[in-house]
Amino acid sequence: MAAEGGLVWMYGVASGDLEVFADGVAGVGGPPPRTITAAGLTAIVGDVSNRDYGEAALRRHLEDLDWLARTARAHHAVLAAVAGRGPVVPMRLATLFASDAGVTGTLQERADDFRGALNLISARSEWGVKAYAIKPADPAHAAEEPGRPVAGRESPAAGPGAAYLQRRRAQLTAAKDARSEALASARTVHAELGRFAVSSRVYPPQAPDLAGQPTPMVLNAAYLVADERASQFAAAMADLTARHRFVQLTLTGPWPAYSFVGDGPGPR
Amino acid sequence: MTGPGFDPVIQGERIALVDLLDRVLADGVVIVGDVTLSIAEVDLVKVSLRALVTSVSALMDTMDDSQEYS
Repeated sequence: MAAEGGLVWMYGVASGDLEVFADGVAGVGGPPPRTITAAGLTAIVGDVSNRDYGEAALRRHLEDLDWLARTARAHHAVLAAVAGRGPVVPMRLATLFASDAGVTGTLQERADDFRGALNLISARSEWGVKAYAIKPADPAHAAEEPGRPVAGRESPAAGPGAAYLQRRRAQLTAAKDARSEALASARTVHAELGRFAVSSRVYPPQAPDLAGQPTPMVLNAAYLVADERASQFAAAMADLTARHRFVQLTLTGPWPAYSFVGDGPGPR
Repeated sequence: MTGPGFDPVIQGERIALVDLLDRVLADGVVIVGDVTLSIAEVDLVKVSLRALVTSVSALMDTMDDSQEYS
């Protein structure tokens, strides 16, 4: 039971017959996760204090990137541990209840939704794929392109000013070409990876300063892939990496199926 | 059944915070708990998180401009 004045943090929901045990994983705020079972479902929850996780405190804490990072990682660590044993429907960060009774009620009221979601993600995992445009001004890449106007090859009659403009124009053309190539590659990559996925979802690209990459992101997608096809998916990634030199691809996962259980815009 | 290589703390390398926040804030089943309103309904938080971490859908347009006219 939640302590007096405490709140119940909900991590996710698993099938009632899954033996949930996140050994040695510290939950959000410290206390190890526990379970509440109802309607054939098991909620993975943890006890947190009202002082630190009540609405007013949350508003304040969520402005603090360190707190947010710590909390998001703790939330994820519990879900990842459970996902290692079987399907789990992740809750959005900071899904809180006043008591165990609230959790039980939610399990009962939304049992069909949870079972549907568990069914969708069972024996499947989420993989994240991002594509970054290769820096267009990089001569190492520009030079590989046959037929591209070569920067600096000005016509003999042109003066220095005209030569500069010509070079500048060539650079801009190269940049524009590289960008459209990168976007075209991103579309191809997404379409090809989608063939191995049960469902996919495209997130908006992350800003370069947040993504920690100097070049623009042109694809930020998640794919729900059957575990038995995970190696094919990885092979397709390797193949795409080799074939598309205007983008740099990164693969993350397996993730708990965060991107495929929402009831907002939903998978698309 | 066991998933393919979940690690409770680290998956390969340390998970990028932005990737994690894309998922734990934008997704997951949204349930309105009976104490705290869903985070999505808290405007203050929503706005500030967007500024901090969420991805910028207009990014590509901005990039177009900066590359062509800089």
